[in-house]
Amino acid sequence: MTNKNDSGWMCHNCRRPLQTAKVDIAYLGSAFPVELFQCTTCGLVLIPEELATGRMAEAEKILEDK
Amino acid sequence: MDQHTLKELEDTCIQECAPPCSAGCPVHVDVRSLNALIAEGDFSAALKCLLKKIPFPGIIGRICDQSCRSACNRSASGGALSIAALERACADFGDNRMKAGHRPRRNKKVSVIGSGLSGLTTAVDLAKKGYEVTLFEKNTVLGGKLRAFTPEVLPPDIIDRELSILSELNITVRLNEKVTARSGLKSLLGSCDAVYIGTGTGSESDFPNLLTGNMHPAEEICTYMTSTPGIFAGGSLLYGYRPYPPIHSVADGRHAATSLDRYLQGASLTASRSQEGVYTSRLYTNLEQVAPCTLVTVDDPAAGYSREEALQEAQHCLQCQCLECVKVCSYLKQHGSYPKKYVREIYNNLSIVMGARKSNKLINSCSLCGLCAEVCPNRLNMEEVCSTARRTMVDQNRMPPSAHDFPLQDMHFSNGAQCELSRHAPGTNKSDYIFFPGCQLSASAPEHVEKTYALLRTTFSENTGLMLRCCGAPADWAGRDDLLSNARDDFNRRYSELGRPPLIVACPSCQRMLSSHFPDVKTISLWEVLASDSIQLAQKKSASSTVALHDSCATRHDSALHENVRSIVTDLGYTVQELPLNREKTECCGYGGLMWFVDPGLSTTVIDNRIKQAPEEYVTYCSVCRDFFASRGKRALHMLDLLFEEDRDSRASRRAPGSSLRQKNRRQLKTRLLINLWGENAADPKSTINIRLSITPETQEILDQRYILDQDIRDVIEYAEKTGRKFTNPDTGRFLAYRKLKRITCWVEYACRNAEYVIYNAYSHRMEIVEENHDQQE
Ligand code: SF4
Ligand code: SF4
Ligand code: SF4
Repeated sequence: MTNKNDSGWMCHNCRRPLQTAKVDIAYLGSAFPVELFQCTTCGLVLIPEELATGRMAEAEKILEDK
Repeated sequence: MDQHTLKELEDTCIQECAPPCSAGCPVHVDVRSLNALIAEGDFSAALKCLLKKIPFPGIIGRICDQSCRSACNRSASGGALSIAALERACADFGDNRMKAGHRPRRNKKVSVIGSGLSGLTTAVDLAKKGYEVTLFEKNTVLGGKLRAFTPEVLPPDIIDRELSILSELNITVRLNEKVTARSGLKSLLGSCDAVYIGTGTGSESDFPNLLTGNMHPAEEICTYMTSTPGIFAGGSLLYGYRPYPPIHSVADGRHAATSLDRYLQGASLTASRSQEGVYTSRLYTNLEQVAPCTLVTVDDPAAGYSREEALQEAQHCLQCQCLECVKVCSYLKQHGSYPKKYVREIYNNLSIVMGARKSNKLINSCSLCGLCAEVCPNRLNMEEVCSTARRTMVDQNRMPPSAHDFPLQDMHFSNGAQCELSRHAPGTNKSDYIFFPGCQLSASAPEHVEKTYALLRTTFSENTGLMLRCCGAPADWAGRDDLLSNARDDFNRRYSELGRPPLIVACPSCQRMLSSHFPDVKTISLWEVLASDSIQLAQKKSASSTVALHDSCATRHDSALHENVRSIVTDLGYTVQELPLNREKTECCGYGGLMWFVDPGLSTTVIDNRIKQAPEEYVTYCSVCRDFFASRGKRALHMLDLLFEEDRDSRASRRAPGSSLRQKNRRQLKTRLLINLWGENAADPKSTINIRLSITPETQEILDQRYILDQDIRDVIEYAEKTGRKFTNPDTGRFLAYRKLKRITCWVEYACRNAEYVIYNAYSHRMEIVEENHDQQE
């Protein structure tokens, strides 16, 4: 993922562009830091569709079968 | 599943049992593999396969009397294959350059007396195992009785060629040396570690008082050891003057070699030997579809088969195996193996302490339809195996949370306040019967629930109450006994309030569920009621078409029901076309066991396979079967369509409603019934249901595939609009928002237009975003 947000999304409440940051995502007792776009003011995190249906879905399956 | 159950199950599946020919062969030549290799034209590989069991294929292939043949399954459709001639062809056309290979050194010496087939075999086997072997022969040439065959049958140069293996194995050959008990056995025993006597017919008297012991092949376990430890005997010597088939001499030599080896290693002579020698295999092979063939005869016995002839003959081999269950079950097929292997995989999966559980999907995608047990010669039932395994996974807390979550949530919804209903008939306070349509009929054809309910009250019994809810099958299928028992308690409370009269059940899965898991609940099939004389089918139509009838797998053991549905369909004027697998052998539509959710691709394969079995429109009496067939483009009707629908044509091609629509249908059915029959309006104006969504059919399809419901979307939008926690795109005016719901975290891309929300996309994940300040838990 690049750290330039070219998807056009900005935080609705803060009216600020997004920047990449390390965010923890967790499942079944394991947590991983992931580079994601986030509102620098309120911290709202964006998970894009490709990530949710791609790598995240795979990771979920691996963790579930562990 | 414990070790014992595993062993029992593994033993029940006979797929790995030897083909009858191999079991009928004293040394268990792998005739089936041999034929497969010859049929491919690979004579060298075939020869290699043969050499594993027979040291001298060129000899045996000419003189074997083939006890294997009488067992050959081809016998009834052309005749038993000429197995010996095929073996000879391997010797003739295969390349037999023995790879020297590494042989262990054992530092033990063995003497073999007699160079007939049994002695030769013992000598070769033991030399291959690394023993130092000396072979004594009283004549000037090796071979014993082999030299008695006429040269046309067994040419001497063939014997010599085949016996060249002895020098390759460094076996010391001592010709012209007769060893008898008196003259030499004792001193022989002093200079070596064990002795094998294979001196042939008529030599018994050479070994007075020795040839007693555990050495008769007819004994249950024969070790060939004489009364003197370390001295073994076998071959025609044991049989006096009766004719002794050559291959039995080979077998004696082989089995005696096993004993000698065990003896010299100090191992048990008797352990695990019960399947040595000729036996009857338990392998079952279905021969119903076998077309007769003309075998290839051996024109000139001296010449044997040509390459081409052998190839043709080998192609007649049926490659005997069972796989009855795999042939009829796409699930078993998809996983690439058969139940004997699967039960082991499942057992291992349940026993893993650390590491990936690779077989979770194997356990969770069986449709629990029970067809395997119907076709298996030993009734092995994968339904029981998988169903028990799922419960174990749940108990071990090892069931993946996503495995069945959507169907379980759907069940929860059907039994929740929005859909569930239980009432006496309007205007009565007592029920003689209760109509139980089931959640899937209510989801697929809610108007038919209303019509059937009306029909029952007007023509069957006016005191027919109504229960709208889910029977709990998803919980059973998911192995969730806890949820099942909750559903049952809830059901029982309401059922008792209605006085516990018999239930008239429309859905076959509900009926199976209620009669197997709900004690003290009496059920009658709706189809039994409709087939009975007491109901005059109001709209008997004089249809004239032929329809193919699909029995639901839940009805497998209900033959009375099979008759009832057929009589209704026939009464309505249709001709019934039976599908190849029907009644007790019917197939699942891909819904059972939650296969559709766990492995949608497999479920599609199952549907596609089923719908191509007849060109006619399919008629089902389970709404899910109907919808599943329709979802793959098959024209399909539910029996209630035959009863209630005028425009059968469009009805047969009706699209299967998706998940959201199914829930909506159930919800609205309750609302409508309450208003129309009981004069109550229970709608809640403040509910988020009133958030209006606009979704194109294309987007809806994606949402259905992802099991994202309208209600999930409403929950996200409600939260995002209330808190403003959403992303916005100033160029497009769209929003993107998420909310963590019970099952998933759901993301929705939407816009607000004219008091409704236009939905562009939605997706979900189960991983959680770890946020510090914002607790979004619904
Ligand atoms: S058909 Fe082939 S595998 Fe079957 S019994 Fe005959 S030779 Fe053996
Ligand atoms: S229960 Fe049905 S789906 Fe499962 S293995 Fe048996 S036949 Fe196949
Ligand atoms: S039908 Fe299936 S389970 Fe039964 S013996 Fe044959 S291969 Fe094994």
